[in-house]
This record gives sequence, C-alpha cells and structure tokens, in this order.
Amino acid sequence: MIKFLFHRFDKTAAYFIAALAVLGVLIPILNLALPEASTFHIPTYLVSLWGKYLAYALLALALDLVWGYCGILSLGHGAFFALGGYAMGMYLMRQIGSRGVYADPILPDFMVFLNWKELPITWYFFDHFVYAIAMVILVPSLLALIFGWFAFRSRVTGVYLSIITQSLTYALLLAFFRNDMGFGGNNGLTDFKDILGFSIQAPTTRAILFSITALMLALGFIVARAMVASRFGQVLASIRDAESRTRFLGYRVENYKLMVFVVSAAMAGIAGALYVPQVGIINPSEFAPANSIEAVIWVAVGGRGTLIGAAIGAVLVNFAKTWLTGTFPDFWLYGLGALFIGVTLFLPKGIIGTLTARFNSGGKGDTA
Amino acid sequence: MTTDLTDSILYLDAVSVSFDGFKALNDLSFVVGRGELRAIIGPNGAGKTTMMDVVTGKTRPDKGAVVFDGSVDLTTQDESAIASLGIGRKFQKPTVFDYQTVEDNLLLAVEGPRTAFSSLFGWRSKVTAYQIYEALSIIRLGDLKYRLAGSLSHGQKQWLEIGMLLAQNPKLLLVDEPVAGMTDAETEETARLLTSIAGEHAVVVVEHDMSFVRALDCKVTCLHEGTVLAEGTIDSVSANDRVIDVYLGR
Amino acid sequence: MLRTLRIILGLAIALISSAVQLVWADDASIVLTRLATENYSEIEAGVTALAASAIPSAEAVLNALADSRLSYRLSDKAIFFKDTSGKWIDAATNAAPSEQPTGLKPVKVNNRVRRALDAAIGSMTLLSADPKKRIAAADAVFKSRDVNTLSALDSVIAKETDAIVKQHFEEARAAVLILKPDAPEAERVAAADRLGQRGDQDALALLSSVTNANATANVIAAGSLAAKSISRRLALLSAAQNAWYGLSLGSVLLLAAIGLAITFGVMGIINMAHGEMVMLGAYTTFVVQEIIRAKAPSLFDWSLPIAIPLAFFVSALVGLVIERMIIRYLYGRPLETLLATWGVSLMLQQAVRSAFGANNREVGAPSYMAGVWDLNGFQITYGRLWIILFSLTVFLALLGVMRGTSLGLRMRAVIQNRRMAAAMGIRTPVVDALTFALGSGVAGIAGVALSQIDNVSPNLGQSYIIDSFLVVVFGGVGNLWGTLLGALSLGLANKFLEPIAGAVLGKIILLAVIILFIQRRPRGLFALKGRAVEQ
Repeated sequence: MIKFLFHRFDKTAAYFIAALAVLGVLIPILNLALPEASTFHIPTYLVSLWGKYLAYALLALALDLVWGYCGILSLGHGAFFALGGYAMGMYLMRQIGSRGVYADPILPDFMVFLNWKELPITWYFFDHFVYAIAMVILVPSLLALIFGWFAFRSRVTGVYLSIITQSLTYALLLAFFRNDMGFGGNNGLTDFKDILGFSIQAPTTRAILFSITALMLALGFIVARAMVASRFGQVLASIRDAESRTRFLGYRVENYKLMVFVVSAAMAGIAGALYVPQVGIINPSEFAPANSIEAVIWVAVGGRGTLIGAAIGAVLVNFAKTWLTGTFPDFWLYGLGALFIGVTLFLPKGIIGTLTARFNSGGKGDTA
Repeated sequence: MTTDLTDSILYLDAVSVSFDGFKALNDLSFVVGRGELRAIIGPNGAGKTTMMDVVTGKTRPDKGAVVFDGSVDLTTQDESAIASLGIGRKFQKPTVFDYQTVEDNLLLAVEGPRTAFSSLFGWRSKVTAYQIYEALSIIRLGDLKYRLAGSLSHGQKQWLEIGMLLAQNPKLLLVDEPVAGMTDAETEETARLLTSIAGEHAVVVVEHDMSFVRALDCKVTCLHEGTVLAEGTIDSVSANDRVIDVYLGR
Repeated sequence: MLRTLRIILGLAIALISSAVQLVWADDASIVLTRLATENYSEIEAGVTALAASAIPSAEAVLNALADSRLSYRLSDKAIFFKDTSGKWIDAATNAAPSEQPTGLKPVKVNNRVRRALDAAIGSMTLLSADPKKRIAAADAVFKSRDVNTLSALDSVIAKETDAIVKQHFEEARAAVLILKPDAPEAERVAAADRLGQRGDQDALALLSSVTNANATANVIAAGSLAAKSISRRLALLSAAQNAWYGLSLGSVLLLAAIGLAITFGVMGIINMAHGEMVMLGAYTTFVVQEIIRAKAPSLFDWSLPIAIPLAFFVSALVGLVIERMIIRYLYGRPLETLLATWGVSLMLQQAVRSAFGANNREVGAPSYMAGVWDLNGFQITYGRLWIILFSLTVFLALLGVMRGTSLGLRMRAVIQNRRMAAAMGIRTPVVDALTFALGSGVAGIAGVALSQIDNVSPNLGQSYIIDSFLVVVFGGVGNLWGTLLGALSLGLANKFLEPIAGAVLGKIILLAVIILFIQRRPRGLFALKGRAVEQ
C-alpha cells in the first residue's frame, strides 16, 4: 500500500507536501502562540480564510483528477462539494441541540419554524460524527456513481457531458432551495455551535481545523498522485487522448472513468465538509453552476493535469478574489472574466504547466 | 455452411447496415479461416471500414450474423469485450497515444488484465518487458522507445500501431490501409511482416495499393456497394470484368 | 300651441312628483328607521323591506351600508350616508341636508346582514337599464341564491329581450332553484340542466351540494349528470389552457435557444455568453423605450418594432467582436471555448451592471400587447400570443436565411466540409464570423421579446443559458426543426408537470428526464448517424 502511494514520487511532489506540512504547523503556531501585538501574529479570521482556500484547493485537485487526466470537464463538481458540506452541516446542526432559538433538543430551528414535529429520516444518526463523516464521503460518491454509470456507459462525452453535469448541479440547486426538502431551504444551515464538543468559534478549534485541512489536502494529493502515476493513470491519459483507441485495446473505458469520477467526487465532498465549519454556513448557492465553473478556472490557471497547479491555482484565484472584492468590488467580475479568456488564449497549460514545460525544454531536450 | 462456421475465425452472414437510408453494408457474407491472410479491396464507399466497425463492435448491424472463432456472437458485444476476445484493429488514420512514449504505448497494448482496479496496483512484469522488447524489435523502434509517440513520423506511427496490435497478441488482426504514406521500402517490409504473422494469427488487410496486395499473395475479396463482388486469387479477381468496371478501371 | 301644452304638462308632472316625493319621504322614514339600530336581525329585515320598497335612495343606501358609509342620528334615528365624494346625504330626501348632521353612529353589519344586502342589491339592480348592471345583478343572485329574489327573477326573465342577459337571469334562477327543497321536481331537474350548460366551477360547486338530504332521486341523477359534463368540460379546458401555457413557454424557450441552434448546433461553438446576447437585446429595448418616452411619447407603441433591428444589430456586433477576438483562436477546442465565453459572459454582465445598475429596469408593454382574450373560459393574453407568433416568425425567417440566401448556402457548405468549401473559394473565416454574428443577432431579437415577460436585469441571460443548451441538445444538434420541436415539447412537458408536481419539482423532474434522455441519445431527437459523426 505504502509502495503504491509513493510510487514515482518525485522532488516537486515532495516539496509540495513539505510546504503543506510547514503551512499546516506554522500558521496555527503564529496564531496561537504569539501575542496579538506581535508583527507575526496571524489573526483567527485569516486562519479560517486560509483554511477556506485550502478546502478549495482540495476541490480543485479533485477536478484536475477528472479533467486534467481523463478529459472529463465536469461543470458540476460544486454539487459534490456542497453535498459533502451539507452532510457536515447537518452534523453541526444536530450538535446545537437545545441551544437553538426554539430550544428544541432534537429539531433544528428551521424545522421548528416550519412547524415540523419529527426529524426527517434523512437527518437520522447525523448526531454521530462518524456517521456524518461516512455520509460526507458516501453521498457524493453515490451520486457520482449513479450519474457516471449512466453517463459513461452511454458514452456521453465532451461538451455534452459538461452540459449535463451543469444541469445536474442546477437541478440540485433548485431542489435544495425548497423548504420541504428539509435542508433549511434558501437559508441553508448555519449558527453552528461546536464540533466534537469544541466551540467552533474558539481560535484553537479554528487552528486545528486549518491543520486538518492542510493534512487532508496533502493526503488527497498523495492519493491523486498515486492514481495518475500508476498504470491506471496511464490508461486515463489514453482515454483523454484517444478514447476509442483505448477501447479497441480492450479497456473498459466506462469503468476507468467511473472509478476516477467517484474518487474525485469523494474528494470534493471531503473538501466541502472541511469548508463548512471554517466558513460557518452552507446554503443552496453552493450548488450554483457559476461556482462549479469558477472551480474549473482555478485548475486552468494553475495548469490542468499537474495536480499541484490545480491547488496553487485555487489559492491564487481565491486570494485575488478576496483582495479585489474588498478593494474594487466592481472589478472582480471583469478580472475573473479576463482570467477565463486570458488563460484559455494565452496560457493553455496554466502556470505550473508552462513552467514545467520551460524547465524541461531547457534541461532535457526533446522529451517535453 | 456449418463446417464453414466451425473452421472459421470470422464468419459474416447476410450483414446489413444502413445510415439514414444509405446502405453501407448490403447482405454482406464472407468467411475468414483460422490463421488466414485475407486482403479486402474495393472502391470508396464499398463498406470496407463499416465492415471493420461491425466486427469490432463500433457499429451494430441492422441484421445478419457476425461470429468469431466459430461460436462467439459479436453483434451483442461492445468494443472492449471484442478486443478482449482477441480481435485487434489498426485504424486507417494511425491512432497512437501522442502524449505517451513509444514504450508506454506498447505497454498499454500488451495482453493482460484490463480492469480498472488491477491497473491501480499492477505495474509491469518481466514477461511484459520481454513482450515489449520483442514488439519493439519487430517494428524497429527500439532506439526510439523513450520518444513521445506524437513526435514520430507518419510511417513510424503506422509501425507503432502494428506493434501495438502484435503486443495484444490477438487471434484476428484487422488492418486498415497499413501502407498509406509509407515509402516503397517500408511497404515491402510491411507486406513481409504481415505475411510472416499470418498463420499464427488471422489477418484481414484492407488496402488500395494493388502492388502491396499482390505482394501479400493471398485470397482477395473485392467489395462493392456493401456486398461481395468477387473473391479469389489476386489474378482471378483482377481479371473479373465487374471488378474492372467498378474498381480497377480499363 | 304644442309648446304651451308641453310646458303645462311639464309643470304638472313636476308638481305631482314633488307631492309624491313628500309622501314617500314620510313613508321612507318609517322603513329607513328600521336600519337605525344595533340589532342585526332588525337591520336584516330593514334591508329586505328597503329592497322591496320604491324609495329612490334605496339602492344608494344599501350600497352605502355594504361599504360602511351609512350612519344614523342618535337623536331622531334619521339615516344619513356619505356619497362617493364623501358628502353627507339625507336618505329620506335623497339630497344633501341643510346643515351638517351631528351625533351620528355608523350602522354595522354582520355576515347575515351582508348576505341579505348582497341579495337585496342584486334583486334591485335586476331592473337596471344598463345590461351590464343587470348581468352583474344576476351574478350576485347566482352567488347569494336568495329565494326572495325568485319572483323578481321570474318577472324579469319574461320581460328580458337581451339574450345574454336572459341567459344570466336563467342561470341565477337555476342556482336558486337547485337547492330549494320545496321547488317542483321538474323545475329542479331543469335547473340542473341549465347549470350543466353554464359549465364552470361555480356551477359544479352548486351541483355537488345536491344530496339525499335536500333532493329527490331524479334531481340527484340530473345533478350528477350535469356535474359530470361540467367536470369533463373543465378538464378539457384546463388541458387546453395548459397546452396554451406550454406553447407559450415553448416559444420563449425557442426564442432563447434559436440563436444557440446556429452557434452551437450548426457551428459547434459552445457560447456561454449566449444568454448575455439575449440580455443585450433586452437592454436595447429598454434604451429605445427611454428615448421614445423622452422625445416622442406618441411613438411608444412602435418601440418594439424599432427595437428589433437595433437589438439584432447590437448583439450581432458584439458577437462579431467576440468571434474575431476570441473564438476564432479556439475552433476545434470546444471545452476551451466554453471557458473563454463564460469569461465573456461575466464581463458583459458586469459591464451592463456598471452602465445600468444592478436593479431590474422597467420595460413597458405597448397597448396591443396588453389585455386578455376570453374564449368561453379559455384565456389568451395578447402579450403571449404576440410572443408565440413572433418566435415562429423568427424561426421561419432564420430557416429562410439558411435555405434561401447565398450566405446560408455558404454557411452550410462550410459546416459540412470546411476544407472543400475553402478549396472552392469560400472565405471560411468570413463565413464563420458572419454565422456567429447571425446567431448572436437572433439572440438579441429574442431579448426584445423576453423583455416583455421577464425582469430586465444583468442576470437575465443566466436564467436562460442552461435551458437553451438543453433545448438544442434535446432537439438534436445541427437541426433547426429539432430545436423547434425540442423547445415546444420541453415547454409543454414543463406546464403539464407543473400542476402535478409543482413548479420547482416539475422543473427538477424535467431536468432529470432530459439528463437521462441525453444519455440514451447523446445527439438528440434528430441525430445524424453514420461514420461522419464520429469526431
């Protein structure tokens, strides 16, 4: 197993893991150990903000796995992210207990408000952390399995697949807006109190959540890398470049696609589950098709098919978003729009892809 | 008929395919024996490529029987299942995996488990390494094994694709225009290669190049408008009046 | 001579009428004082008596009571009411009092009084000279089913000459009779038939309250027969209405998708900014209307015909710029095109938001688009009718352009075999640019129509883009007729699902069905088959 995970593990990958490890330890220390007056102190809100970036980076990693390595441009990965987020949100809602506005020990506030008497079946067991975590992974995987099984078996490819993945997340958006779905309607789930008994507002909790996110990103990276570096990844690339040729060699293309799609969806779900406690809310707008497309541009900026690039792209774009929406709110959409156009026209390999290509052509001649 | 069926590696009986009213195959029937080398000729639109599509599962016939190895009904299987049964196909336009090395291309083709799960953990064994070495030496690309396939010349890509076919070790090879874009020397070499592998494998070659077909020195089937026009030795077929009318010209 | 006679006659009439009025005033005060109380049963009785009397102010008093404008003076129980302009009127004289009345107390009504009032007002206006008022009165009786009005109804039915008014009277009478247990059986059976002919929800409600408790077997049989015929008619009507709504939604989808049928269906370009082309068309309409409002308000009805060519031009121009600057570098790379045009759509949205603000802008409807055409319960709004006609016109025009013009011929040539077309001297980049501009321009025209039924905001396009793609894919790429059929069938399916599943759930179900459908037939209803399709 260990051998499988670290097969063909190269220097760049090691640097990336090391950087994540440093980040995951250093930021919490700077936040917790230093006095607020210190120049190097990092305020708690920044810790959570960076935690959010890293959760997005995990989503980007998941997307790169299917798009960069298998050519499946999913415009609905936000749906898996949001489903994972909702599963975590439901756990956090059940933890509120009688501290809600209506002080109902079982029912979350919005259900009391809607005059519901009983907990819907979908909410059973969500007070158990382990069950919730299982759902974080299972629900997106199951959706991906069912959807992918239909889509890949009937050979929906290219833009057609993109369009139906977009419709999928759009349908879920509409569904989650409905109050009678029992997921809080358009307000979503919020006002969380604590997680595993620790106050969700406490700086220590925040710092630990950040470290866990960094850890999960590292793990996600290792798994994704192991997959693409194996023979499996080689077949994926073959499917991306010449799907029918791969089929004529006897490979069951749909099974490969399904497997990578499900793994990717599970990663996206975990990213969503990490995102929710750090942001403090999950609502149906996470299903908006625009969100999923935005995630695609993170991958494109960093470089599709590079994994590291996807993660870096997510952090860069979101950092720019935070900065621009704060200082020049009117310019964010111009900037994002220009990014979409500029990257596709002038930087098709993305930042990391372009750098790697330049590095390789400088060093080893014709292998690039 | 029954002995035809059991002795055959490929058996087509009254196969018809139509696209929007156009009959690409019209009651096509012919039989290829085990280990046989067969050349298929015919004008454009005669149904040569559609015939290969039907055999490899890319196109479903509207009616008719397609039987492999005397007993396996191919009309109900899809491409990967048919490939796993032991039918390899080389396309008209060479399709190799441009972004992978020559060696990796062959590695993908080497016979062995094809399931997604096994591919995650299995890598390569000494046996596969030997098979790749063998294929590389047959197609003479040993020196280029670390090159990306996309950087090969047209002829080299054709050879690589044939090498991938060999690595698959199929019972039946379907080869669509293997010498298009090759030099005369390469063409000769290809003819020699195909004749040498026949016997162990059955080979069906679609080709326009009549001197190449002549060099193969095998039974020839001429297709026209989706059906068999003539069948026999190259001399008898090229002497056939109707073949001359529709294909060879006077 | 004649003139003198007329004057004398006139004087005589005036004298007599004033004398009569005096007598009435005296008599009236007796009836009217019955209203000056707080006892509801007394007021109810007063209302009925007042309706039966011939007091000139009766109708006005009853209406005033219904509107809570009626009061009585505590000192002498004289009745006063405020007329519609707010002036006090003395009910006894039906004229303004000499001095402002004081010490007034309003007359109150409860539900029973209100019912009596409705019936009373209804029966009083049965005699009105205005046919519209008579019909309104008949309908009031239909609702109140006051048995006291029966004799009045009988007499007016006999006298009525207007066929439509008479029909309303008879329906009112039937409504009274059907639930009157002591009415002759034959009359009640006839009443059931009459209500069956009326055939609406109200009649159905009445018929369904005919039960064992209040009717004989024959009446019940006639009632249920009539109720069945009404149910059938109503079901048919609601199906027709749904079909109409579906057609209307389908035409909107067609409008939104038809430009896409060119850019995506024919050229294979994934233009995510297509919705923004529609939005630009809608904003062009807004600007045209603003200018017309400011400079030439009389031309307002012409604002849409003026906006159509302008919207086409604006969107086509923007489309041309996008094609020349971005898309032409991305031919053959559909996924990249998708991302780049998404970027364009974001920028266009923000540009419009900066120029016009983020809020909805008001686009007015010309006079010919307002109003409803009621066909025996089947309602057609003129606005929707125009949009359906308009979208079909645009569709046919586009079909004509593709089939009949030299641009259309060259377009089809380039689509089918780019290299061959180029070899024959067709300048394919020009054709590409013009085709894309045409598709964008058509989207702009769609925006003019959609400005009439949707909010004109920077997000207008976003709400159509997914639906448009689904329509084109569902109908079959590269086939305009497929787009038409796809749009109409999705529109109809949506409207027929809505009553069963609700609007949102209906849409979700439809999305799921389309997703499944696309997976079964990835190339739509009218798919091209054959070798050429592969890549």
